[in-house]
Amino acid sequence: MQMPTPDAGVMARRGEIADALRAIVPGEGVIVDEDALRPYETDGLTAYKTLPLIVVLPETVEQVAEVLRFCKREGVKVVPRGAGTSLSGGALPLADGIILGLGKFNRILEIDSANRCARVQPGVTNLAITKAVEGDGFYYAPDPSSQIACSIGGNVAENSGGVHCLKYGLTTNNVLGVELVTMDGEVLRIGGKHLDAAGFDLLGLLTGSEGLLGVVTEVTVRLLRKPETARALLIGFPTSEAAGDCVAGVIGDGIIPGGMEMMDAPAIKAAEEFVQAGYPLDVEALLIVELDGPEAEVEHLIERVRAIAEAKGAVSVRASQSEEERNSFWAGRKAAFPAVGRLSPDYYCMDGTIPRNRLPEVLRRMRELSAHYGLGVANVFHAGDGNLHPLIMYDANQPGELEKAEEFGADILRLCVEVGGVLTGEHGVGVEKRDLMETMFTEDDLKQQQRVKCAFDPDGLLNPGKMFPTLHRCAELGRMHIHRGQMPFPDIPRF
Amino acid sequence: MTETLKPETPDQLRDAVAWANSDLKPLELVGRGSKRGIGRPVQTAHRLDLSAFSGIALYEPEELVLSAGAATPMAEIEAALEEAGQELSFEPPDYSRVLRMARGAGTLGGVLAGNLAGPRRIKQGAARDHFLGFEGVTGRGDAFKSGGRVVKNVTGYDLCKLMAGSWGTLAALHKVTVKALPRGQKTRTVLVYGPDAAAGVAALSDGLNSPCEVSGAAWLPASIAGRSEVDLVAKPGEAVAAIRVEGFGPSVEYRCQALRSLLAPYGATEELHSQRSRAFWTAVRDVLPFADGADERVIWKISLPPTDAPAFLHAVAEIKGAEAYCDWGGGLVWLALDAPKTGAEGVVRDALKRAESGWAQLFRAPESLRAAVPVFQPQGAGLDALARRVKESFDPNRVLNPGRMSEGV
Repeated sequence: MQMPTPDAGVMARRGEIADALRAIVPGEGVIVDEDALRPYETDGLTAYKTLPLIVVLPETVEQVAEVLRFCKREGVKVVPRGAGTSLSGGALPLADGIILGLGKFNRILEIDSANRCARVQPGVTNLAITKAVEGDGFYYAPDPSSQIACSIGGNVAENSGGVHCLKYGLTTNNVLGVELVTMDGEVLRIGGKHLDAAGFDLLGLLTGSEGLLGVVTEVTVRLLRKPETARALLIGFPTSEAAGDCVAGVIGDGIIPGGMEMMDAPAIKAAEEFVQAGYPLDVEALLIVELDGPEAEVEHLIERVRAIAEAKGAVSVRASQSEEERNSFWAGRKAAFPAVGRLSPDYYCMDGTIPRNRLPEVLRRMRELSAHYGLGVANVFHAGDGNLHPLIMYDANQPGELEKAEEFGADILRLCVEVGGVLTGEHGVGVEKRDLMETMFTEDDLKQQQRVKCAFDPDGLLNPGKMFPTLHRCAELGRMHIHRGQMPFPDIPRF
Repeated sequence: MTETLKPETPDQLRDAVAWANSDLKPLELVGRGSKRGIGRPVQTAHRLDLSAFSGIALYEPEELVLSAGAATPMAEIEAALEEAGQELSFEPPDYSRVLRMARGAGTLGGVLAGNLAGPRRIKQGAARDHFLGFEGVTGRGDAFKSGGRVVKNVTGYDLCKLMAGSWGTLAALHKVTVKALPRGQKTRTVLVYGPDAAAGVAALSDGLNSPCEVSGAAWLPASIAGRSEVDLVAKPGEAVAAIRVEGFGPSVEYRCQALRSLLAPYGATEELHSQRSRAFWTAVRDVLPFADGADERVIWKISLPPTDAPAFLHAVAEIKGAEAYCDWGGGLVWLALDAPKTGAEGVVRDALKRAESGWAQLFRAPESLRAAVPVFQPQGAGLDALARRVKESFDPNRVLNPGRMSEGV
């Protein structure tokens, strides 16, 4: 994985740049000591590490704008960072770039129950939003598994999902507005407490743009009323095909569960050994189906899903009878990552999405790849929306194993694309999947995406080296090959 | 005279746009023409007829996904979905009656290009939230695609969002993929009689803030309610707040009763069952209160925070011929008024300034008025400049629907 060659000129001016940044962000907000920079050298994708040039932790929007204006003027690259939990290396530092950390933007500014929304600063954690509004009976729906740590600003950058997004949507469906600072240092308010855009949907474009278009300094999120009740079914199947049939059967019956998660045999075993959730160990696939809503609805749907599961060959079906039992069903699933971590010194979490009906084939070919690479793999799967998280087990202390795990992962993602899916469902491209973008997109597709970036950041200073495998200069992307003359297509019907 | 180009293959579409770009010949993009009355008038010597890109290419109900030619008629899409018990859950409206265009909701691509949505917007989102992928041609004449055919995807920029609501000013799409969802098996609407705008929006808000999973929340003043084709809405001659629930039978009945108890303090309540409920929400969705053939009034579409709606309605009440109703729990105001020369733009947009955020779009107006007044809400210098740069990144010579959204875009 190659990052852009650091600019020696910028690196030589490090002291001078730090002084200028201190003039903008006084006090302890500018970090230059190596020991203090160390915590910023990586994010949730820990395989990659780079010490940043400088870390800046502004406290006001005006400081953010000043820092960006300065960096633009001086040609200094900027990597925005929230809580640093990205699983795709979205916040991986650059040796010749500053980290712009939004950690000090950690306040909830307003809770507006009447309009069912909240205004928060980007450094507020995902879970803190729900904690702040649950007393009024509300919650913020997207719930990535890192929700205790990840920030809402990072969620916007990555368009984060979670286990409930089939029914309640991803971040992009739950954000109403942002305040954005552009690389020019201009502060723009996009969206607000109203629905939909007056012009182009720039909010939709920014969500999931991985910190390449601007720096978000405020987010207005949509709040939902907590469902009256929730119950879950724990269903074991002898084959992944049968489990897949059951998922299709539930959706075919018109039911969109609050959550529908699948685990394969290695994941079931790891989770059960770790938390003793009471998972059956004699099954090849386990489904957790959660129904939420008014009690009358949940009672009705639990029985319908049970009937479907039995018709599709389930060998064990348990319906939760209490909140405690429902939580125990989830305990294993939620602990799946650390549980796999116990079985193996290291694991590498992938994030492809596939058309759901291709699951059995994908699992079969993944087993073949597992044998080929000699590395174990356990699968957890957001079954409703086809988002697959294979966990590849390896030992980074064995020379060559990390590279092997990465190649295995890349093969899995190519497989996802081959069957009609995509490289990433909720973790983002970052540096991790950057070089695989060409398996999904043509050169023209990617050039158009980069032209969009040029509209925001013509000098390519914001988070370069992420998302795009080849960096083009904006001037080159803007060039057109014009050949004037007659209409060159006599065969197009015209009237 | 207008010359029409009608490409029949993606390659021909690319050639046509590439020619327009190289020869600086602006094109007006047309599917079935049902929404030509929306936006600033586009006057070009050449029209790009996309109607050949029609037909459902893939529909897998259990995968919740449908791909079709961008110009596939909505009627065809809806028929296919209905057969499998599904729908586009953002409830695409049919504005043909209120806009006096040929009957029919136009094409799937048109619904997406306008980012349209019906009353269910508050629960299920707009077209943007269901738009999974596309193939098309940029104004530069480059074939390109974005998104995919799976419902969860964050690979690269989400250009579907940018296409939704761009009214054909960025690219000509020939194939689109959308999310299909199961339709509710049962529907009920709770009516509350008599609340004024403030009490009505408060009642809607109580309903939306309850755990009843409300899928429609509208308020109609007495004058509009009185013209309703639904007897239980028209007869009492009072303003009415209406709240819809949809889903499985036992759940719908339970929630309907819960809402009636909850909203009783606001006035007498009544409930609409399937047929009446459908007729009522179709009228709200399609702006039928202002669709009468003799109604020549200008119509504004205003999006704002729901709690700002009563003050906004008060501020525009004195405009000649003004009449308004709310959808989206108060967050969407449909305002008709009698001002064919100015559209009362100053009063409407000034009234909106008192709201915390929002926009006002001149929705129905004579062509001359749509050419004279900014149809879409001006965003301020910074955002307008950014929008122009985004336009240039797709269509630097402004050959696709030039000026449809604003001058230069």
